[in-house]
Amino acid sequence: MTTDTMRTPLTLRFLNAMPRTGWIAMAVFAAITLVIMPALHLFVSPDSALHVSGYVITLGGKILCYAIVAVAMDLIWGYAGILSLGHGLFFALGGYAFGMYLMRQIGRDGSYQSDLPDFMVFLDWKELPWYWAGSDSFVFSLLLVLALPAVVAYVFGYFAFRSRIKGVYFSIITQALTFAAMLLFFRNETGFGGNNGFTDFKRILGYDITSPEMRATLFALSALVLMFTLLLGRYLTTSKYGRVLAAIRDAESRVMFIGYNPLHYKLFIWVLSAVLCGIAGALYVPQVGIINPGEMSPANSIELAIWVAVGGRGTLIGPVIGAGLVNLFKSVFTVAFPEYWLFFLGALFVGVTLWLPEGVVGLWKRIRNRGAA
Amino acid sequence: MTRYLLSILLWLLALPVQAALDPALVKQLAAEDSDAKIAAIQQLSATPGAEVTKLLQAMADDGLLQAGETLFLLDGEQAIDAASGAPTQPAPEAYESVTVNNRVRSALGNVLAGMKLFDADRAVRLAAAQELQSNAGVELVPVLAQAMDKEADAGIKALLKQAHAQASLASPEVALRLAAVRALAQSASPATRSLLVPLLDPASEPDVAVRQAAKQSIDAIESRLVVGETLGQIFTGLSLGSILLLAALGLAITYGVMGVINMAHGELLMIGAYTTWFTQTLFRNYLPEYLDWYVLAAIPAAFLAAALVGMALERTVIRRLYGRPLETLLATWGLSLILIQAARVLFGAQNVEVANPSWMSGGVEVMAGLVLPWNRIVIIGFTLFVLALMWALMQKTRLGLFVRAVTQNRPMAGCVGVPTSQVDTLAFGLGAGIAGLGGVALSQIANVGPDMGQGYIVDSFLVVVLGGVGQLAGAVWAALGLGVVTKFLEGWSGAVIAKIVVLLIVIVFIQKRPQGLFALKGRFVEN
Repeated sequence: MTTDTMRTPLTLRFLNAMPRTGWIAMAVFAAITLVIMPALHLFVSPDSALHVSGYVITLGGKILCYAIVAVAMDLIWGYAGILSLGHGLFFALGGYAFGMYLMRQIGRDGSYQSDLPDFMVFLDWKELPWYWAGSDSFVFSLLLVLALPAVVAYVFGYFAFRSRIKGVYFSIITQALTFAAMLLFFRNETGFGGNNGFTDFKRILGYDITSPEMRATLFALSALVLMFTLLLGRYLTTSKYGRVLAAIRDAESRVMFIGYNPLHYKLFIWVLSAVLCGIAGALYVPQVGIINPGEMSPANSIELAIWVAVGGRGTLIGPVIGAGLVNLFKSVFTVAFPEYWLFFLGALFVGVTLWLPEGVVGLWKRIRNRGAA
Repeated sequence: MTRYLLSILLWLLALPVQAALDPALVKQLAAEDSDAKIAAIQQLSATPGAEVTKLLQAMADDGLLQAGETLFLLDGEQAIDAASGAPTQPAPEAYESVTVNNRVRSALGNVLAGMKLFDADRAVRLAAAQELQSNAGVELVPVLAQAMDKEADAGIKALLKQAHAQASLASPEVALRLAAVRALAQSASPATRSLLVPLLDPASEPDVAVRQAAKQSIDAIESRLVVGETLGQIFTGLSLGSILLLAALGLAITYGVMGVINMAHGELLMIGAYTTWFTQTLFRNYLPEYLDWYVLAAIPAAFLAAALVGMALERTVIRRLYGRPLETLLATWGLSLILIQAARVLFGAQNVEVANPSWMSGGVEVMAGLVLPWNRIVIIGFTLFVLALMWALMQKTRLGLFVRAVTQNRPMAGCVGVPTSQVDTLAFGLGAGIAGLGGVALSQIANVGPDMGQGYIVDSFLVVVLGGVGQLAGAVWAALGLGVVTKFLEGWSGAVIAKIVVLLIVIVFIQKRPQGLFALKGRFVEN
């Protein structure tokens, strides 16, 4: 580290992390998602052509959550070269952690009018299991959203990186991890609603969860978290830490010979990525109104990778574009031609890896460079 | 009651005399009261003859019919009077079966079985003895004792001994009960165990000696049960392991040679299974007389089909992603999605039905309480056969030599003239073909559907990880070990927990031996 960067104040370094166009784009995005969209949803009458419907807001919020996951995925895959096929697990863990709070908020409005969540009444349980303690507190649940994925990721990552499991080995082990977790959550006795998971949420902090105001708030929150994630990612990847990480990605043995211990570098970005996924999951669950073990299925986690690949690995904006594109396609396709969606998705996997290794962003750069030359 | 049974014995000694039955007794069979029916049954069995057997058998089969006052049987189209055996004229139009409730039915069953125990045909006696294993009443004790003395066949005799002991448990004589309890110690069936459990209770068993003997017998049965159960678990573990092995062998080859994980490997299993189904359909339609042997024809067909698809995938996609294992993983995942959806479109989303050929159904009873199904035995044998073939191919042929060379050091193999790119294609085809063979085996014990391959990719990769890359011996030990451990854990904690525990074991294991069970010796730096 040179003395020069030592003297630069943190705020300035943070500002310098992104070029001017980046900040402008960010401001435009903020204006649209934090002001214009919520306003058009809340204050414009439904008859007006300018009205943004609840469906659009919810779909948008969903895609914003996916985008957060995609950026988190890109941080470890694009910048650390670790392909996780189990990120759906962290997403679902965050979702379940917040879902527990949402279940408790239902109170006695469930079908059985009991203090316990309906599925527990159904199983004939008399009291909450110990791990549901504190789930009625909003603050505690938020902490759990952060801590649960972090702890799972730390423990798993520590053992995996310590023994230098990497490449396809790591990918498959993460896939096995999320698969095992899915099986665990499918069991009724695990205490998370089994097959059906959590659903029928009523309110957050006492406010109605389906009200337009709540929808707009969750949408804006998702956008805010996405922007925060992008800024943090940008800051990290342009810092010295990010450079070491890229060096580990490109030649781990050499980095070790120089004297770095890759374990902590990898572990930090791995845990961070998991926590970001957890937050995205916690934002996702109240917007779609359900969380079940299907979110942990290996197929879901692999799909996250294709969002990143379509957008472009190693570019923070790429995954956002990729998540948006693929999910918009999915929304259209599964309604219009449900038979062909899997063909399309499969072809996307093959086509992008074969012909678009840098994703849409890479394609755009190539076109622009050709124009300039 | 004993009197009637003794008369059965008399009947055994006497020559069967053909005579019309006592009409009053026959009429009593249709009485309102069950007790009257049972008394009639027993009195009838006292005057022996083929007629009685036929009548009682018909009654047990709900074939004793009643039209007004007339009782008759149907012999084909012909109605026969139950008592005289003469055709009834005219044949009654409206009739119903004589009601046989559970009590009457069990009395009938006992009497009929007792009569059958002395049949000249061994098969009939065996069936009768088996029927009496769990439900012989105390009234049959003398008959069973008699039959035991007369029986020459050792197998039937053992069965009779069990039945006799079981029946005499309810006897009022202490000595008889004691002997019975001791005799039952030879059993290995959970049913016998639960018969003995009530005898431990002083309320139902007043005699101390019998209670003690029951305790000992239960212990003996339980230890025998544990042995049978353990052997059974080892066997199912081995059979799961051999399926895993067939799935993992191909993966081990392709991963060893090219360093890529083929996520579509499970779909190659599926292709093998669908080929088996297709062969079965062809045989059913064109060669029904050889239907039993369709599996043999399916083996080469499945190998070829899977190998061709595999080689096509290698040529068109995997080859172009050389040196980018993570992208290969994603691309092959995409291929697997396409293959699954293609199977859905072509054959429907429902499972298709693949039947075991007759020579693979049923099982062989190794010991009491342990039946090994033939299909699983055949699969274990088939896996051994494939393994031997693979070993010969890898160790004795030029292609095997090349494959091993490329696995160890690709650039060096290329330098000395191994056509590495052709070896890639052939090795991939070989791996895919073996997956196809795995599909044939799987089709015999599991459902055949578009999604069937999905569950195997993680498991078979765990086998590759455990066994060490490019190591046949490693894959064998890892697959069988994982299979047996999984089955034992399943018996102990349920399937889900077993899966999670196995995964944890593998993760911990890799901590200790990152190169797998059988690592290649040598020094090398990755990257």
